[in-house]
Amino acid sequence: MSSEPKFFEQPAGGVVGKPMDRVDGRAKVTGAARYSAEFALPGLTYAVLVTSAMANAKVSLDTTQAEKAPGVLAVYTHLNIPPLAVLPNSPDKPKGWSPPMKYMPLSNNEVQYANQPIAVVIADALERAQHAATLVKVSYQAAEPIASFEDPKAKLFDPQAIQDGKTAGHTVRGNPKEALAQSAVQHKATYTHAINHHNPLEPAATTAFWEGNRLTVYDATQGITRTQTSLAATFGLAREQVRVITQYLGGGFGCKGSCWPHTVLAAQVARGVGRPVKLVLTRPQMFTSVGHREDQTQTLQVGATKEGKLTALIHEKTSTTSPWDNYAESNSKIIGMLYACPNFEASYQLARANVMPSTFMRAPGEAPGSFAIESSLDDIAYQLGIDPIEIRLRNYAEKDSNDGKAWSSKSLKECYARGAELFGWSKRNPKPGQTRDGRYLVGMGMATASYPVHSSQGTARVRLFADGRAVVQSGATDLGTGTYTVMTQTSADVLGLPPDRIRFELGDTTLPTAPNSGGSVAAGTVSSSIFVAAQDVWRKVKELARADSKSPLYRAKMDDIIVEGGTLMLKKDRSKAEPFAAILERARLTDIESTGMGRYGAGFEGDDKTTDQNSQPKTYSMHSFGAHFCEVRVDPELGTVRVTRWVGVHGAGRILNAKTARSQMIGGAIFGIGAALMEATERDQNFARYVNADLAGYHVPVQADIPDMTIEFVDEKDPYINAMGVKGIGELGMVGVAAAVANAVYHATGKRIRSLPITPDKLLGTAATV
Amino acid sequence: MHPDTFDPTAGGPPPEQRPDDGSRRTFIKQASGILGLAVAPPFISQAEKLAAYTGKVEGATEMKLKVNGSIRTLRLEPRVTLLDALRENLNLTGSKKGCDQGQCGACTVLVDGRRVNSCLTLAITTQGKEITTIEGLAKGEELHPMQAAFLKHDGFQCGYCTPGQICSAVACVQEGHTKNDAEIREWMSGNLCRCGAYPNIVAAIKEVAGKGDGKS
Repeated sequence: MSSEPKFFEQPAGGVVGKPMDRVDGRAKVTGAARYSAEFALPGLTYAVLVTSAMANAKVSLDTTQAEKAPGVLAVYTHLNIPPLAVLPNSPDKPKGWSPPMKYMPLSNNEVQYANQPIAVVIADALERAQHAATLVKVSYQAAEPIASFEDPKAKLFDPQAIQDGKTAGHTVRGNPKEALAQSAVQHKATYTHAINHHNPLEPAATTAFWEGNRLTVYDATQGITRTQTSLAATFGLAREQVRVITQYLGGGFGCKGSCWPHTVLAAQVARGVGRPVKLVLTRPQMFTSVGHREDQTQTLQVGATKEGKLTALIHEKTSTTSPWDNYAESNSKIIGMLYACPNFEASYQLARANVMPSTFMRAPGEAPGSFAIESSLDDIAYQLGIDPIEIRLRNYAEKDSNDGKAWSSKSLKECYARGAELFGWSKRNPKPGQTRDGRYLVGMGMATASYPVHSSQGTARVRLFADGRAVVQSGATDLGTGTYTVMTQTSADVLGLPPDRIRFELGDTTLPTAPNSGGSVAAGTVSSSIFVAAQDVWRKVKELARADSKSPLYRAKMDDIIVEGGTLMLKKDRSKAEPFAAILERARLTDIESTGMGRYGAGFEGDDKTTDQNSQPKTYSMHSFGAHFCEVRVDPELGTVRVTRWVGVHGAGRILNAKTARSQMIGGAIFGIGAALMEATERDQNFARYVNADLAGYHVPVQADIPDMTIEFVDEKDPYINAMGVKGIGELGMVGVAAAVANAVYHATGKRIRSLPITPDKLLGTAATV
Repeated sequence: MHPDTFDPTAGGPPPEQRPDDGSRRTFIKQASGILGLAVAPPFISQAEKLAAYTGKVEGATEMKLKVNGSIRTLRLEPRVTLLDALRENLNLTGSKKGCDQGQCGACTVLVDGRRVNSCLTLAITTQGKEITTIEGLAKGEELHPMQAAFLKHDGFQCGYCTPGQICSAVACVQEGHTKNDAEIREWMSGNLCRCGAYPNIVAAIKEVAGKGDGKS
């Protein structure tokens, strides 16, 4: 057992948690930050995709005119594109390669979804490639497509497992059907969720070039290692032959969490033309290239006592998936864990349609799942005359009902109390439809937020220089979440240096491997890796000092030496001290380097180890929790809803940067308000095509939709989750938001809307009912 | 129709005279003379005129763009947008392409002090005008007050909409559309931010407007 601490304790004057400005902020506000489409490589060429107008067809293409157009280097179709070594549907695809879809466009003449790429045009200028792409003539042998699970042609099936086999398709706990039948209160409701698209402002982009058998891509990805894995496998290369770089990422929200076909296509055609190729998806192509949140319906049956205590939960979800994948968001997980309930059942049904696979989108499963349970619970509260916060407290889960484990930490009661106080919940008239402000109906609603601490691990390298500076590296990405900044702060504190002496580098597969920035794992994993690496750097410096007869620490015991602010000293006699730089200089070392592996979630074994009755290390259920409070004003004549106030209070372990964390939680709430009130991609039921695939037709919240927001975090120390005690907040702020809005709309109008988004048509006629 | 945008279907002389400096008037002369652009007779339908226009314009022409105070000479096809000229030809990638359809505002730059969507503006129509991009706002190492305020108030996350937001915000202050939060929100609603930095952007603009130093 080493003397080194396993859990980070903030040094006096440390910067972790402080509201530091973003270290990459200057590059972003001056336009100096380079995103994946912004590298002016010599000889750069431009690729433009030709996509299919039909969703279910065989195509033949005439590229004669396009090839003759000025500036065109090549036009690739399934007939002439450089072949891949392995296709994603191949049975001998390597293990660990997890492409988001088991189908590769241009591998044959088939079209399986609308706007599937069918040709790639490469030219020496963007406008020339765009023009030539319009000259490709396509003949379709089209069949009628299946548009969704609601299509009469669609066949529903039991997937057994969803999310690439990671989640069971059917779960039962206790005896839910019997418990429901015996419950005093029985509530059944069906919820629908429109198709949502992530729409990060930066479109997906890949710049690819080959040097012999080595491939380099600048790719807009949340996971450089995952993209490297996929590209190496697809092209039959060793991993080290593929380099993926993502220094700046213009948002992702899940749609950049996988290696999608366009990235592979860019590399394929770059090999074909022997020049660097840049492929940037158009905004409409973003709707058919990088996944979406699927169209889905959930039926939730709730049994409760007259006191509002839950007795049974039965959840059924039906959704659309692609012709080749079994993807569905796992809505039931949060429904099974959020409240104490002994009887629970969940099942999934899928139907194949001619659509791209859906994929994880911010809080995948938790966001729509929480909409269902948080709306139903609200209904029951009104039905029984119980305050919405009170009914949640009556069902407060002292342990995780899904696995029976104790929580590693949970500050939900504090979140409810503090949120209610900030919001002025007690002043709310409990009766719906009673509060007016001029012509507007005013409503106030709340909902619970929660997100799991997934298991993850990663590596970081710390290189401490004798001149008092350090370079810290990990192959993570920064979606805008603040990775650059919070890792600089972490490095500063674990090395005892001011943050301006640290350079944190990320986004390159030549750096140590970090997990995908997704599932809220990046902050906890990478910061813990840095913590572990720094411990090892200090161990090496201590060894040097102990062996150095000129050091005041000569022959000291390892355990007796401590480090504070970069100075090594004896714990019991602080006058015996020496700065690390002096030790390195005497040893004629310019720097000392170590790597460290940080674990996040279940793999972490903290200092505070307790054992269960079998003397095994006790394991915990690890989740962040929070509470949203929302005020809306509804125009009774027009049915329009405006969010006018927002309060969010969350407990998410250690907060690494108060400023960026607040921004992230505000962003999560706004993302959720979009899903609640306006975001819907409409798929034509005849042609299986999206009819509003741009930012004029697909409404994301704009500045005028959003009020000022109040966000707070509850202090929370959790020594069980990782060395830094960080839970991650990428998704948490989004969970429960739609329900908080819908609950406020109910309180304003007396009308319960169970179909997202809550557009004015669904509220018309409200004036008459109140 | 934006008065500064060339409209091949409009016909007739430009509404105001400008010096022969590569402005719209010059462009029409170039387009109809050097490039052989057909100025369509008025009885042809708009769609046909546009088709003819697309079909006949070929090849690059020289244009001079004044970007961030420097004259840059480029040989570009007339169909190249200001955004693509900046990003692909001048290596000024600060202006972002978020939609290429005038729907997101990420490409916002200042042309003669006015905010425009550079993705909807042909580069050749901006000759003789002052183009200011995000790269031109700071004075050396000293950030423009709006850039400093965005940094201080964390008015961004991923940073991709940020150059457009900042250019738009600078113009918003100069326009005087900052009387209160609601007015700022309304006049900044053409710039989408998917990360959801809206409240922080309002805080940044309020600070600059309050100090009265939002001028570039």
